[in-house]
Amino acid sequence: MKYLEEYRNPEIAHRLLDEIRDKVTRPWVIMEICGGQTHAILRNGIDELLPDTVTLVHGPGCPVCVTPLELIEKALTLASRPEVTFVSFGDMLRVPGVSRDLFKVKSEGGDVRIVYSPLDAIRIAKENPDRQVVFFAVGFETTAPNSAMLVAQAVREEITNLSLLVSHVLVPPAMTALLDSPQNRVQAYLAAGHVCTVMGWQQYESIVRDYHVPIVVTGFEPVDLLSGILSAIKQLESGQAKIENQYARMVTREGNLYAQRQIDDVFQICDRTWRGIGVIPRSGLKLRDKYATFDAEPRFGLTDLVIAEPADCISGIILQGLKKPNECPQFGNRCTPATPLGATMVSSEGACAAYYNYQRFRNLSEK
Amino acid sequence: MPDKPLAPEDFARCPLPISEHDTVQLGHGAGGRMMQNLISNLFRWAFDNDALNKMDDMAVVSLPGNKLAISTDSFVVDPIFFPGGNIGELAIYGTVNDVAMSGARPLYLTAGFIIEEGFPLADLRRVVESMRDAARTAGVSIITGDTKVVHKGKGDKIFINTTGIGVIEHPHTISGTNLQPGDRLILSGTIAEHGMAVLSQREGLQFDMPVLSDAAPLHGLVSRIIEAGGGSVHALRDATRGGVAAVLNEFAVSSKVGIRIQEKSIPVLPAVAGACGLLGLDPLYVANEGKLVAAVSADKAEEVLSAMRAHQMGKNAVIIGEVIAEQPAVVTMQTLLGSWRIVDIPLTEQLPRIC
Ligand code: SF4
Repeated sequence: MKYLEEYRNPEIAHRLLDEIRDKVTRPWVIMEICGGQTHAILRNGIDELLPDTVTLVHGPGCPVCVTPLELIEKALTLASRPEVTFVSFGDMLRVPGVSRDLFKVKSEGGDVRIVYSPLDAIRIAKENPDRQVVFFAVGFETTAPNSAMLVAQAVREEITNLSLLVSHVLVPPAMTALLDSPQNRVQAYLAAGHVCTVMGWQQYESIVRDYHVPIVVTGFEPVDLLSGILSAIKQLESGQAKIENQYARMVTREGNLYAQRQIDDVFQICDRTWRGIGVIPRSGLKLRDKYATFDAEPRFGLTDLVIAEPADCISGIILQGLKKPNECPQFGNRCTPATPLGATMVSSEGACAAYYNYQRFRNLSEK
Repeated sequence: MPDKPLAPEDFARCPLPISEHDTVQLGHGAGGRMMQNLISNLFRWAFDNDALNKMDDMAVVSLPGNKLAISTDSFVVDPIFFPGGNIGELAIYGTVNDVAMSGARPLYLTAGFIIEEGFPLADLRRVVESMRDAARTAGVSIITGDTKVVHKGKGDKIFINTTGIGVIEHPHTISGTNLQPGDRLILSGTIAEHGMAVLSQREGLQFDMPVLSDAAPLHGLVSRIIEAGGGSVHALRDATRGGVAAVLNEFAVSSKVGIRIQEKSIPVLPAVAGACGLLGLDPLYVANEGKLVAAVSADKAEEVLSAMRAHQMGKNAVIIGEVIAEQPAVVTMQTLLGSWRIVDIPLTEQLPRIC
C-alpha cells in the first residue's frame, strides 16, 4: 500500500499548505461534497491548518444523513414485521426515526442483519426461503451498482422472497440545487472521488459550464484533499472554472461504464426528498417498472408517510453548507452521538459527528 | 460406529470420535454418561493436570505469595476460526493478559463452555486443542470448568468463559488510576491486526496481503517491563475491544489526566492500514489481542522501552505519547500534518462506511 504513505506524507502536505497560503488573496468558500471527505478533513485537522480566508463547508454527501425520515420510518415498520428479515448497511441502524432506530427494533426481536455488500442479501434470501428478505438500498452512485447487481442476480436465480427499500440518491442534482439556492455561498466544489470512480467526471461538465464553478475531483487522504483545495483556490483566484481531476489514480472521465449500465438497466431517475433539505428534482433512483416486483413499498403496502423533522435539528442547513455543526445550538449539549437529534450526528460520515468526534473542544470554545 | 469398541487407551491417543456422534448433542450437557465422556475424553485429555484430574467439583490449589489477581471474561467471537487463531486460544490469552496487566504471574484458569446443539465435535476438538496449546504457551493450567449444551438456535456455535488467577510477586501499584503527569505511554507493537483478521474472515473480504490475528500471551513481556521499570510502571492495559483509543480514554478518565499522543509514532502494518483505509476504519479503534499500553514515568521510560524491545512480544514497541495535567479525561492526538484532534471513546463498535 505504498500509495497510502505517499498520500499521507506530511512534507508534501505542508508544501501544499504553503502554496495555498501563497496563492490566496481573499476569502473563498469551498464545499467538499462527500461526508468521507468531511471526516478526513477533521480527522487530519486540515481545516485548522488552512489560512482563515479559506472556509470549507460540508456538503450533503452522506447517504445516511440524507435518507428521508419517511424512508427510515418505512424501514422501521418493515424490520418490525415478523415475516421480514431486514438487511442493511450497519451505518443505518442508529439513524433516529421518530421514536426509535433499527437497533431498537433489533433488540425487540426484529430480524435485522448487517451486511457489507448488498449481494449478501441473496445468500440470506436463499438460506431463508420462508422469510421475506428486504434490503435497504441506500447510498449514492457508489452503492447503486451493487444494488442493481442484487436485482439482476435475483432475477437470474429466480429469487422471489427478496425486495428492496430503495433510497438511492444522485450527487450532481444536489450540487446544482445548492448553487440555485438564493442563499448559496459555495464558490467551488471538491467532488467525491468514490462517486466519480463509478460515474466519471464528465457528469460535472455541464455544472461547470452553466454555473461557472470550479470542481476538483478529490480523494480522501490529506495530500489528495490539500491538492484539491489548492487547485480550487488557483482557479478561483484566476477567475477560471474547470474540472480538474486530483484523483487520477482512481478516476477517469468516463468512469466505470459497466457499473453505469448496471444502474441504468435496473433504475430510473426520480424526484427524491433529501432529509433536512426537501425535494430535489431528478435526484434519486427508483426501480424501473420491469423490476417493480422487487419494490418493497408496494409489496408490503407501505403508503406514503408524511412525517415532520424534529424542529430543533438544523442538519438541513448544515448539509447545504449554510452553517457549521458547531453553530447549531444543540451541538454537544442536547445532541451528541449517544443522544442524536439528527442523522448528521449519527452517521460515521455525518458532519456533526465529525465535529463532535474530532474537534468538539475547539469548536465549543469558539462558540 | 467403529468395528470393535475402542479401549480406554485409544481414547487417550485419539479422543474423537467420542461416541457415534460427530456433533454436540443436548445429551453432552445433560450430566449423564455422554457428558462424562465429553469431559474425560476431550477436556481432561487436553487440559490434563493434577487439580483437574481429581474431578472434584472444585479445584484445590496452592498459591505462592498472598496477593492475587483475578479476572474473568467471556468469548463470543464470530467467526470462531479466523486467520491467525480461534476462539479457544483467544479465551486463554484474553484472560491471561487481563490477569497479567496487574503485573501478576498467571497460574490457573477455569473454563466454562456454552455449546450449541449440533456443533461439530471435530471443531470442538480443534478449539480445545488450541486452548491446551495456548495454556502451555502461557504457562497456566486449566483447573476446573463447566459445560452446558443449549438447544439449536439458542446459542451461536460456542461461547467460552474463562477466569484466571495469578499471583502478584512485586510490591508496586499498577492500575489505570495511577497515571501521573509526565508519564510516557509505550505501545508494545503494531495495532489493529486481530480486529481486521476477524472482520476479513467474517465478511469474506479479501485483502492484498492476509491479515493475521496477533493473539498472544503478554505476561512474559509484562514481567520484563516490571523488572526494568519497577515502581515507575504506573499502568498496564491490553488494547482489546475498542483498541488503543479505548485504553487511552480509560486511563485518562480513571486517573483524571490528559493524554497526548503522536499519530506518526503509532505502528500499523501496511496491509492493515490498507484494509482499514478501504473500509473507512480507524486502526486506533480496532481490537488487538496481543498488544498492551504501558504508562511509565519519564525517567524510566527509555529503559522500559529497551527491555520491551528485547522481548519477542515487544520488539516493535514505541513511545506514542505522554500524560499531561491539563485537559483531564481527554485524549488528543497530533496528526501527521501537525494539527491536533480528539481521540474519542467510541460509542459502539466502528462500522465500515457505506460508500
Ligand atoms: S448538532 Fe444535532 S441537532 Fe444540531 S444539526 Fe447536528 S444533528 Fe441536528
